[in-house]
Amino acid sequence: MLTVSHVTKTFFPGTVNERIALNDLSLELAEGDFVTVIGSNGAGKSTLLNAVAGRLAVDSGDVIIDGRRVNKLPEFKRARYVGRVFQDPLAGTAPTLTIEENLSLAWLRGKGRGLGRGLTRARRDQFVNKLQSLELGLEDRLTAKVGLLSGGQRQALSLLMAGFTNPRIMLLDEHTAALDPQRAELVTGLTERIVAEGGLTTLMVTHNMEQALRLGNRLIMMHEGRIVYEADAATKAKLGVRDLLQEFANIKGATLSDKAFLG
Amino acid sequence: MIGAVEVGLIYGVMALGVYLTFRVLNFPDLTVDGSFTTGAATAAVGILNGWHPVLATLAGFVTGFIAGGITGLLHTKGRIDGLLAGILTMIALWSINLRIMDGANIPLLRQDTLFTPLRDAGLLGSWAGAGILAVIVALLGVLVVWFLTTDLGLSLRATGDNGQMITSFGVSTDYTKTLTLALSNGFVGMCGALVGQYQGFADISMGIGLILVGLASVIMGQAILGQRNLWLAVFAVIVGAVIYRIIIFAALQVGLDPNDMKLITALLVIVALLLPRFKSVRGAVGRTVRPKTSEPAPEPALAAKEA
Repeated sequence: MLTVSHVTKTFFPGTVNERIALNDLSLELAEGDFVTVIGSNGAGKSTLLNAVAGRLAVDSGDVIIDGRRVNKLPEFKRARYVGRVFQDPLAGTAPTLTIEENLSLAWLRGKGRGLGRGLTRARRDQFVNKLQSLELGLEDRLTAKVGLLSGGQRQALSLLMAGFTNPRIMLLDEHTAALDPQRAELVTGLTERIVAEGGLTTLMVTHNMEQALRLGNRLIMMHEGRIVYEADAATKAKLGVRDLLQEFANIKGATLSDKAFLG
Repeated sequence: MIGAVEVGLIYGVMALGVYLTFRVLNFPDLTVDGSFTTGAATAAVGILNGWHPVLATLAGFVTGFIAGGITGLLHTKGRIDGLLAGILTMIALWSINLRIMDGANIPLLRQDTLFTPLRDAGLLGSWAGAGILAVIVALLGVLVVWFLTTDLGLSLRATGDNGQMITSFGVSTDYTKTLTLALSNGFVGMCGALVGQYQGFADISMGIGLILVGLASVIMGQAILGQRNLWLAVFAVIVGAVIYRIIIFAALQVGLDPNDMKLITALLVIVALLLPRFKSVRGAVGRTVRPKTSEPAPEPALAAKEA
């Protein structure tokens, strides 16, 4: 479903600040795979997601979605295949538009937008149905502006909007990192459900090791732009946080970020 | 007074355009100063060449639309800063407008314009005439509200609200920004066409400083009526345009010179922008910064009078 093939991305090439964010990285996701990505700061996790989403152009290598090479497709065209939830809970929704208007925008992912009514009875019914599954009571607040919602509610809504049209690829970029533990737990649970219900092929970056172990059927660890450790479903089921930290230490030999410990 | 309301209603068309860029797209677009005259010039030349006034007015929309589209392309494809893109188009339009008019001024005396029927029936300057204008401008307001609730309109609003988000749902923000700028300046050009016909001439300098008039209308109207929902936000803009003209009318009545009006317009915008902050300061500190600042309208006129 998703193939990342020998992708390299260097920031500020030829300067003193040159940084290789992705170094000949290859990754293959089968349909329905849910891969969690961990690694220290600057390991290239977010760059990988941005390269798949089309926000960043890669220097070399290919990104192939559903058999189609998408290197040249700009971000807004790739959006047809790729759903995204960002770390910032405010990034995935439009604050001055209402909940139903936001849902309507997301509903038309990758489709042409003309002069048809943005909100129809049929669409509203669908939205109520989908919102009920969040169990946040948002279905009673369809005409409330999204800016009035809490961070957790907005992130839950973002998740629903990114996933309910069943995009080929779902990208989650530390989407629970900015939430308090309780909200993070809520959004983590929703993630599990939405991905499972849609059978979404998912790539999730996280700093939280427990989350990385709990969600998904595969796990990869990145360091300096490469995949340095990979666990398949069978291995992953047996892994604990301690094992991961040990792997980290083995590979890096030394320093771990504070965040990794705190996670 | 009725004259001020009439003029205010006509300028409401421009205010609708400025609303599209300034509020919906969150983009201060200076193209307006040029595209307004472009619309007026186009319509004037059209009428002189025997076009039907309706066609001439629509032609004003089209040339304004093109001007806005150019600003949009400069900003999106050319990656030029929004303010600068607007200024570039505005300055370039000065020469183009002179070319269109083949001079600095086109009188429309004794020509058939959109306002000829009203004038012949003796309705201009009466409340009935103002009522007819109000209905027409209100219809344009309804059109704007309708458009902004379509799928396309929603994506325009989301572009101004959160560009990253709407990109991630498959919308090219380059396209939506350019389209919004074009539509906005289409309204402005159409307003120029209407104003030219109303006052009986098109003039090269008629658009100077007009962006501030538009901003004053949008900001004041929405400060007074609020923008809780789309209907209110759009119609507040038209009301704001009328209020602006009434303030100008009042300022002239108290003996200010027409040459002072640009200063008064700027003061109006400044006051309307600063008032909400004074309110919050007052709320936080618990004392009155200025007595009775809840009505933004009379403030600048009074201030100007004292000066």
